[in-house]
Formats: sequence, C-alpha cells, structure tokens
Amino acid sequence: MLRDMTIGQYYPVESPIHRLDPRTKFLGTIIYVVSLFLFKTFWGFLLAGGFLVMVTILAHIPPKYVLKGMRPMLFLLLFMMIFNLLLTPGEVIGEWWIFSVTKEGIYAALFMGLRLALLVLGSSLMTYTTTPNKLTSGMESVFGFLKVFKVPVHEMAMMISIALRFIPILLEETNKIMKAQQARGADFESGGPIKRAKALIPILVPLFVSSFRRAGELAEAMEARCYHGGDGRTKMKPLKYHKGDLIAYILLAGLVAGCIFIP
Amino acid sequence: MVNFDKVTFEYIRRDEEGNVESINKALDGIDLDVKKGDFIAILGANGSGKSTLARHINALLTPTEGTVYIEEMDTKDEDNLLNIRQKTGMVFQNPDNQIIASLVEEDVGFGPENIGIPTKEIWERVAFALEKVGMTAYREKSPNNLSGGQKQRVAIAGILAMKPECIVLDEPTAMLDPKGRREVIETITELNKKEGITIILITHYMTEVVGADKVYVMNGGNVKLSGTPREIFKEVDLLKEYKLDVPQVTEIAHRLRQQGIQLPDCILTVDELVAALGAGICL
Repeated sequence: MLRDMTIGQYYPVESPIHRLDPRTKFLGTIIYVVSLFLFKTFWGFLLAGGFLVMVTILAHIPPKYVLKGMRPMLFLLLFMMIFNLLLTPGEVIGEWWIFSVTKEGIYAALFMGLRLALLVLGSSLMTYTTTPNKLTSGMESVFGFLKVFKVPVHEMAMMISIALRFIPILLEETNKIMKAQQARGADFESGGPIKRAKALIPILVPLFVSSFRRAGELAEAMEARCYHGGDGRTKMKPLKYHKGDLIAYILLAGLVAGCIFIP
Repeated sequence: MVNFDKVTFEYIRRDEEGNVESINKALDGIDLDVKKGDFIAILGANGSGKSTLARHINALLTPTEGTVYIEEMDTKDEDNLLNIRQKTGMVFQNPDNQIIASLVEEDVGFGPENIGIPTKEIWERVAFALEKVGMTAYREKSPNNLSGGQKQRVAIAGILAMKPECIVLDEPTAMLDPKGRREVIETITELNKKEGITIILITHYMTEVVGADKVYVMNGGNVKLSGTPREIFKEVDLLKEYKLDVPQVTEIAHRLRQQGIQLPDCILTVDELVAALGAGICL
C-alpha cells in the first residue's frame, strides 16, 4: 500500500514542462494555489482544472499516475467533504438523526473537495516534473532575498531536497519493518482505529531510530565530500530562463487575469 | 601521502553530569605511512578500530594524541580541512546513506559544487568520473533503482569528480551481494592501476585484499601485522586469533600442511593450490 505513494516523487521523462526553469514552475504553482483560494465559483475551478489538464498533457505524465498522488489524501478529502455536507446550515433537503443535509452543504462539500483535490494534484505536478535538486535551486533563488534577514535559505532548501530523496527509502524501510513484525505475529489489520494506531508504535520506534542513524551517516558523508553550507558553492545546473519560460509566464498571466475577472 | 604519527584516539563516554564514565581507546599509538599510488588494505574484525582509522584520514575525526598528516597538512588544522577532504575522498559502507541527490549525475556533481568548481568543468568531471566507473549509461537515472554495487560505483564516481589523490573505502562491500562486491573491487583496482590513485581499502573480507600492495591487520586499536598479502596469509593461526577468516583455499592448504603434505605456505588462489598439489603428485 505504501509503495504506491507517488506524491512528492520525480517522474523522469522528457517534456516541455520538465525543461521549464524551476523558478517558473515554483511561481506558477504559487499563483495556481493562490488562485484556487480566490475563486468563489465553479467557473474559476474550470479554468484551474483546464490549466491542470493542459500541464499534465504537456508534461507527458500519465493521468493515472497523477491521480494516484491523490490516494494518501483521500481520507482527509472524504473527511472534509462529509463534515461540510452535514454541518453547513441552510436550506434543509434531508434529515437523519441529528444531522441535516442542506443545499448549501452539498455545494460547500463539492466546492471544498474540488479545491483540495486541485490543490494536491497541482502542487504534486511540480514535484513530478522537477528534480529535487532543481526544486531546491529554484526555491533558493525565489526566496534568496530572505538571506538579508538571516534566514538560512540554502540550508532549508537542502533539507527539503534531502527529505524528498529519502521518502522512497524510508517507505521501503517501513514496509520491511512491517513485514518483520508481521512475521512475528503482529496484527495491523484487525481491531478498531485505536488498536490499529497502537499497532503502529512498534513500527514507528525502529523507523525513528534508523532515520536518526541514517541522518548521522548522511551528514558524515556530506562533510566528507566538502559540504560546508552555501558559501563558495557553485552550481552544476545553474538556473537559466529559456523561451519556454516566457510562454509559461504568459499563460500564468492568463490565470492571474482569470482570478481577477472570474467572480 | 598519508602519514600517521603515534595516533591515539579515545571515545569518551560521559554521564548526564558530564563526568567521564568510560574511556574507550579506539586507536592506540598507530604509525602508518602510505606512499602515493599504493593500494593498501586494512583488515580487522568489528571493533578493531579500522573505521576510526579511516575517519582520521579524511579529518572527520582528529586524534586525541599524535598527528595525522595528509601531504604535510595536519588534519587538526581547520584551515586545511577542505583541502584534505578534496585530496582524500571517502566511500562509506551503506550505499543509500551517502547518495545525496535524486539523479546519478547530480550526485556525482555534489562534491565539485561544494569546492566551487565552475559549472562547465563540473560537467566535464562528472562525465569523466561516470565513464571511469562504467556508469555513464545511468547518469540520468534515480539512484533508488540501482543495485547496491552500482550505487557504490556512483559513490566512487562522486569522489573521483573531486580529483582526489587518495580514496579511502570504509567497508564498501559489506552490504553488497557477491556480484556487487566484485564490481566495486574491480573498479577500485582499475583506478589504482590506470589513474594512479592511492587506495586505502578497509574491510573484513580477506579475499578482497589479495590484490593489495600492502596489508595491515588491526586488532584492539593497533596494527598487529603488516606485509604483502602472501606474508599476511601465512599467519593463519594469528589471523584466526584476530577473528578474521582466511580465504578458503588458504585454509585448506594450511590444514593439508598440518597433515604433513608438502605445500608452499603462500597459496591464495584455487589455481595455485591445484598447481601445487599437481606438482606434489607428480613427484
């Protein structure tokens, strides 16, 4: 089950979106996310959704793979939709026990659900099409001005990229530990939610211990390779804007215009 | 190239108030002299101090007493740190915990980036390093999909791209299957022969040290034996005392000799044993 998690993973293919400058993609994602929160009607989502479909097609990523990224969020999504459905006051359509479904509730549930789905899908597209290293340089350069205020921008960017690199490794490790526990009779499947949550403790403890050990070893390996923070560091892949970025910015301007003109 | 002068290193354990609880001497007065272009192997069982020794060469640890010199540079001097680490690269045991980037080529470029090499030259170095370890075909792949041996070769390429003069490998094959082990050993042997890079291989697999110029055997924080592989493998009983396994053929030859069969006492390969036994029968 954990192996299928695709969110945050790079999807290595050649495409115009992959070639875009990470700064463009980063700013694009920010504009896209902000636009989702500004739209007040479904028309806005239609625009955002259209934008998402266009990027997915241009990025040569199978739609199935993109949708798989939703899986870990499904529970949260349903949870939020159900609450919105049942707890929004307004014109009552149906009643059951203490809950009542209202017209506004259905609207709110669909609206919020769609917003969250678009949010997750859109932001995961950025990680699908950008290698963590590029993502890091993009973030470093977009937020570079914060260095003036003594914010450790480079260090934070490095931490994020390392975290992303270790996601699959830690997932594999979790699976291994689960199997080892199951082989000795641990039961993760039965019982209520509390019992199941408790069953996770014997997985989390060894996972934590091994992550700390990994972190120590990785730090040592980085130090051995002359890593000493961002000072005096050159880049193998320095950021450069190309023609594609100009087109992307024009399209993004369209999205911004959409934000302003669509109610 | 690498020079240890009476190096002692202590791991000090303190309790919560900061009082010394116990002192563990991991290295105890080590003298070592490695010449440029040598292929050195350091053998030792777990806890013999061999990994501590490796970390001294790269200035990850500095001696409690004594001095380590890397080409006349004292590892205790902070100003030399980057220079030393560029000159002596280090490959660690766990292939997963030393690859930083999510693309093979970006990982190889990590070291040169750190020492401030211009972009164009980084690309040349990455191409060169990947070519040398035979991983050019994988340059745009994710390290997660590589085998253990391939990951270690990428790690070696990452060091090579920094143009080191010496590579220290701390049990690089301990987590690999036999195929990966062979790949790694072949790669470093070739780097030593063709590029003239000094290799310091730390291991507890005796079979891997057969190709080394000189072997040091460590036990209890000290170098107990040193010499060519043939000289070392003569001491089957001593090696066993230091909890090391002798190659199977050498052990068989040793036992046959104990049974009174005439055999030379430096047999390292199956072919040599077959030849020696064949000669014996002919007589």
